[in-house]
Amino acid sequence: MNLETILFIITGAVVLAAAIAMVVTRNMVHSALFMVVVFLATAVLYLVYQAPLIAMLQITVYAGGIMVLFLFVIMLIGAEKMSHVENLRWQRPLALGLAGVLLAETIYVAVTTTWLQPGRELSNSVAVSPDFGSPRAVGLVLFSQYLLPFELTSLLLLVAMIGAVVLSLRGERER
Amino acid sequence: MIPLAYPLTLSALLFTIGIASVMIRRNALMMFMCIELMLNAANIAFVAFSRAFGQLDGQIFVFFVIAVAAAEVAVGLALILTIFRTRHSIEVDDLHDLRG
Repeated sequence: MNLETILFIITGAVVLAAAIAMVVTRNMVHSALFMVVVFLATAVLYLVYQAPLIAMLQITVYAGGIMVLFLFVIMLIGAEKMSHVENLRWQRPLALGLAGVLLAETIYVAVTTTWLQPGRELSNSVAVSPDFGSPRAVGLVLFSQYLLPFELTSLLLLVAMIGAVVLSLRGERER
Repeated sequence: MIPLAYPLTLSALLFTIGIASVMIRRNALMMFMCIELMLNAANIAFVAFSRAFGQLDGQIFVFFVIAVAAAEVAVGLALILTIFRTRHSIEVDDLHDLRG
């Protein structure tokens, strides 16, 4: 039980606790703030797994961009005052039961294929260069091998931007 | 050294919390936030695998997932805002006009 495992377990516990708090709480603003905690703890997890560029992207884009958008929309539609009554009688136990089945299945597959096979235990102790996950290394792969998806993603972001602007136009045709 | 089963279990737990919550909630904004939780769970699995095999392809995929999630959130929230402006409600049960 070295320091790395302890760090992973603590960060994982924070992620899970914040995620459960996010789905359980009745107040939407509290949900959004717990979501920010989930994102920040996940960024710490990425740092444990030697992905510093992805960790910084997570904080900048997810916690700093997407959650701010959510908070703005919550403010604009007044969601903190919305009532939270979900009138689902038989769907809730069914959903929880099926989700439990999915969880058991996924954990079973994950554990048996990566842990319990002698000679094939995978962990994060594979020797990698200290450059692994740095912006330089990720950039070298991104702009050589994954150039086409990169350009397509920029096109996707442009389309999303146009779509968001068009959707938010305040119906000038109605006047 | 952390066995790969640990982050995969964390990813599975997060994903299950997200999907159970999407199935239970009727508030469009809450469902959206739980979808983001599911995307984060997949990202954790990607980063863990990338480190386990010593290849950067997993991290490149996370890069694209984050970009696509940002685009999706922008358009989705604009949609929710527009729907709220006309119907003054974001409960998905109230959006049933397309039903035959």
